[in-house]
Amino acid sequence: MAVKKFVVGYFEDEPELFDAVKNVRKKGYKIHDVYTPMPIHGLDKAMGLRDTSLHTAGFIYGITGTTTALSGIGWIFNADWPLNFGGKSHFSLPAWIPITFELTVLFSAVGMVLTFCYLCNLAPFVRKHHFNLRSTDDQFTMVIELTGKANESDVQAFLASIGAKGINTQVAETGWWLGSYGKDKGPYDRAEGIELA
Amino acid sequence: MSSIKEHFEIPGGYRKWSMILMGVGILSLIIGFIMYGSADHGTRFWATLLQNSVYFLLIVNAAMFFFCATTLAWGGFQMTFRRVTEAISVSVIPIGIITFVILMCIVFGGKETIYEWLNKDHVMHDEILKGKSGFLSPGFFTVWSILTIGLWTVLGMKMRNLSRSIDNTPLSVEQGKKYMFTNTVWAAIYIVWFALTVASVTPWLWLMSIDAHWFSTMYSWYTFASTFVSGMALISLFVVYLKNKGYLEYVNQEHLHDLGKFQFAFSIFWTYLWFAQFMLTWYANISEETIYFKPRFDGAYTGIFYLNLIINFLAPLLIFMSRNSKRNYATVTFMSILIIFGHWLDFYQMVFPHHYPDHVPMNLFDFGVAAGFVGLIMWTTGTALAKYPLLARNHPFLKESIIHHT
Repeated sequence: MAVKKFVVGYFEDEPELFDAVKNVRKKGYKIHDVYTPMPIHGLDKAMGLRDTSLHTAGFIYGITGTTTALSGIGWIFNADWPLNFGGKSHFSLPAWIPITFELTVLFSAVGMVLTFCYLCNLAPFVRKHHFNLRSTDDQFTMVIELTGKANESDVQAFLASIGAKGINTQVAETGWWLGSYGKDKGPYDRAEGIELA
Repeated sequence: MSSIKEHFEIPGGYRKWSMILMGVGILSLIIGFIMYGSADHGTRFWATLLQNSVYFLLIVNAAMFFFCATTLAWGGFQMTFRRVTEAISVSVIPIGIITFVILMCIVFGGKETIYEWLNKDHVMHDEILKGKSGFLSPGFFTVWSILTIGLWTVLGMKMRNLSRSIDNTPLSVEQGKKYMFTNTVWAAIYIVWFALTVASVTPWLWLMSIDAHWFSTMYSWYTFASTFVSGMALISLFVVYLKNKGYLEYVNQEHLHDLGKFQFAFSIFWTYLWFAQFMLTWYANISEETIYFKPRFDGAYTGIFYLNLIINFLAPLLIFMSRNSKRNYATVTFMSILIIFGHWLDFYQMVFPHHYPDHVPMNLFDFGVAAGFVGLIMWTTGTALAKYPLLARNHPFLKESIIHHT
């Protein structure tokens, strides 16, 4: 990944945040991400994020589970080791359904959890940069990436004009790196924030 | 709120079609009576009436269950279209009366047209039926049917009156809390009675006792799931219809999405019960139990058996799986019609195989009677919709429903 420069704005209230997101998008600045203490209904739409395709992945995992179960049991009880269960035919679909169901659920659940962790870069010893620690507590944090067009002081002034309670500029790694929280400072250079009263 | 259309006016076409369908129903009834009424103890005739009346009674009752359950759970999302579910539940009264008359004709008609446990001599020499004779007797059957239909009617009226009682009186916060409490209590009473009827005893009496020797502990749940899915489909159809006509301004795709989710989820729930009942019987392979599935699974009804599974499980599973299809008015309409037909078929294979194990006697008579009930539901629901405002405008949870999104 890459080290980039960001302007970070802190907001105290949900409605302010919504208005700010709308204004920033209207102005044409690139929103890197918005960090909030709790899930906020409709924020993804306001930010213009596309729907997740996690459920498509889940469907594919589920189908894989179904296929695995049916072909596995089918092969075992018909080709590899046919057993006589109370005179039932070797190809006994109803008896296989519970296991097929279980494997479908298992594959889709485990697969989706792992995909989710991958998409969110969640794993032990994976570190990401935190723009604002209080976004896990009581502040809403909007991060704007400084692209070629956007000028740092312009963006800061704009954030101040739309009601940000605190503004600073940070240079941070956008991706993840191996390390553990509490010890490692990470390969980024933290610029001091400019606090507005 | 002044600009919304609160009063439904029944369009001429709607009235005409409900009349035509009811006419078809009555005509089928007359022709059916002439053709089948006396032949073969009238089994064919009464079985069709039993299947259709019980099925349509249970699906309109499912609409009542839906608004009572959501009231009990303090749900908010359904408030914008709650009057539609209330209007559908008004049909419990006429269809309940019709069902009761049909059941009484079957039980006291003097012949064992449907239920073999009515024959006293036969029961005396049959150990199994003798053991069940306290439960499967005309007395208990009648009392329980009266209680079932009577209490559904009374409690439904009470809930509807509660809902209408605040139409012209805006509530303060305190009054709102009190109002919600009263609603919760009455909804809870209905739910308890629902559990004792649809979710347990009533399907045993009305439907399962056709195969009097056989029993399944999952039968009532299976019936409940069947009718609840169809009930949600019926609600969706009316919501889409009214939306099409420009009513229900506050209902949007978010509400439709939730109705679609209910149909999707309960289709799978139905399949789960259906499969559990079938698989255990199949696996244990005890002849007392497999006798129920013999004609259905491996006989004249095999086609219906698999069609049932395709319409009621595979189609909702695959079509309703994606988010977009649940938010699409056309898909929801198509699926709702398919599901209502699918579960009608499900009820068909519950009622008929015992008396007709060798062939499927389905013909236009069955569809004609079904059309009559559809017309009756359209007519009653339309009248009820036109009578009262379409929006419960003073309900404390209305705002929650207006801003609802998934």
